[in-house]
Amino acid sequence: MNVLSQAWGWLTTSANWSGTDGIPTRFLQHFEYSVEAVLIGALIAFPLGLLTGHVKRGGLVVTSLANVARALPTLGLVVLLVVVMGVKFRAVMIPLVALTVPPILLNTYEGVRNVDPQLTDAAKGMGLRPWQVLWRAEVPAALPLILTGFQFAAVNAVANTAIAAYSSFGGLGRFVIDGLATTDYGMVAGGAFLIVIAAILNLVFFAVLRKLLISPGLRQKKPTT
Amino acid sequence: MISFVQVGKTYPDGTVAVAATDLTADSGRITVLVGPSGSGKTTLLRMVNRMIEPTGGEILIDGVDVRSKSAPELRRGIGYVIQNAGLFPHRTVLANVMTVPRLLGWSRDKARERAMELLTTVGLEESHAKRYPFQLSGGQQQRVGVARALAADPPVLLMDEPFSAVDPVVRKDLQTELLRLQSELSKTILFVTHDIDEAIQLGDKVAVLNTGGVLEQFDTPTELLANPKNEFVESFLGLDRGVRRLSFFSSTGVPLRPEPVVARDAPAAEVLARRGAQPWLLVVDGGHKPLGWLTAEQVPADGDLTKVAVGELVSYGHTFGAETDSLRAALDSAILSPSSRAVGVAEDGRVVGVASVEELVPAIRAAQSASVPDTGRGDLSDAGDPVNPVTPGGQGDRDDNPETV
Repeated sequence: MNVLSQAWGWLTTSANWSGTDGIPTRFLQHFEYSVEAVLIGALIAFPLGLLTGHVKRGGLVVTSLANVARALPTLGLVVLLVVVMGVKFRAVMIPLVALTVPPILLNTYEGVRNVDPQLTDAAKGMGLRPWQVLWRAEVPAALPLILTGFQFAAVNAVANTAIAAYSSFGGLGRFVIDGLATTDYGMVAGGAFLIVIAAILNLVFFAVLRKLLISPGLRQKKPTT
Repeated sequence: MISFVQVGKTYPDGTVAVAATDLTADSGRITVLVGPSGSGKTTLLRMVNRMIEPTGGEILIDGVDVRSKSAPELRRGIGYVIQNAGLFPHRTVLANVMTVPRLLGWSRDKARERAMELLTTVGLEESHAKRYPFQLSGGQQQRVGVARALAADPPVLLMDEPFSAVDPVVRKDLQTELLRLQSELSKTILFVTHDIDEAIQLGDKVAVLNTGGVLEQFDTPTELLANPKNEFVESFLGLDRGVRRLSFFSSTGVPLRPEPVVARDAPAAEVLARRGAQPWLLVVDGGHKPLGWLTAEQVPADGDLTKVAVGELVSYGHTFGAETDSLRAALDSAILSPSSRAVGVAEDGRVVGVASVEELVPAIRAAQSASVPDTGRGDLSDAGDPVNPVTPGGQGDRDDNPETV
């Protein structure tokens, strides 16, 4: 029996679709951890990106911070924090958040900073207050780039939640880790397949979000004569 | 009325952007600030809506210090148009124009109604309302920019090089359009440009600024052209200021002689009679529209002009509107033709008569001695389309972008 049919066998075994370590539970866990990582990351990175982008200062701090966070080895950090703190939610969430902060921070900062200065000048000159300039001119104009940042963050979160399972944590990575431990390759491949599904769902979600949030005025750039 | 009282701007590093300046922009008039880069013209303009705060002096709008309100409140009462329009790219044309009324708390319906009305005013069609800025040409975007600035009907309009980024043909349309709008709306307009031609065409008064924000001269365009105060102003006006000044004088004083004008199918006797008296004959078609010049020698011996192919006639260059165009247009018409004669036409394009360069001289002399021109401002048709003298607003949509329409 090859791995594919083993995976198929594992995926179609009804026992695997129920219980606390069943596929739906793990899937939900995975979803929950990823969403939390993105939300916590956004809570830190989005306001910081907006602020630095709006005032057009602090670029060095932002990029340094993002680069440091990006350089952290997820697995190493997970193991270290679990050893130090024990198997706690926080121990896993910290490395995940470290991965969601950089893309949100950088894209928000760059997006807002690079909004056409003529646009912000006109907005200000018409009598929009600074807050209104940010929310009515800068953010909508930078939204394509900002959303891309969020998408990268989400991709990172989904992928690395799988790695975080190494530390006796939940989520779809559990199947891969446990499958390897018990040489149940059907479970390994089935788990990997589910992670791919999660990643695709993520992409679909952002495609829909883009469609809903980004103004048609920004979706295509045609040269004007 | 916008009054600058000893207004200056010195940056912390000691750079003087604007030296203490006194200037008054009259109500209902276009006041143009013109000068090379570094002359502080934009700084002066931006101090009116407090985009830049002066370091000295005060600015009053109708006697009220601009600092008596918060900056955003002040700005909502002042129209602001900038170089590339600065439209919100994510909002439709309509929503862009609705911005300030909405900020002022107008209802959505009222703001929309007003915006639609303004789109027509600035020469756009209703179908443009639902488009996004990227779907418009540069000229159209600028029209939206003007509509947006006018939305809440502010008495004061600040225009910072609004037409600099569009091509010359579109720029001319926009300039004509602005003068037409102004004749209807009578706003107090402060207009910044680096283009002296634009300044002279648009300004009721023109302030010429020099590097370091020094006001060199503040006068009406014709006074500026006739009596530049110093070398800087003179050189900034260029070498053709004399000719250019003629655009402020009507060509109605030019004597137009009908004698050299002859129809192509005129009786031989008439043709031969006219040939005797004129070195040049202007041949016109059945509708009395000009075809071209013919020297006396070229006229066939039997007087039958139909023997001469239209292609053999000497070009008449362009015509000028006898009632509508300026002296400058008449002079240009004369200089352009090898016959050295200007062709004056009525509004329907029919030839009224012709005048040689020499015959234009008395009219030009009269203009030289006149300090106050008999037309309000220079017309825009000097080098323009001779067949269709500029009728304000009748320029058509030359800046329509065929790809997006």
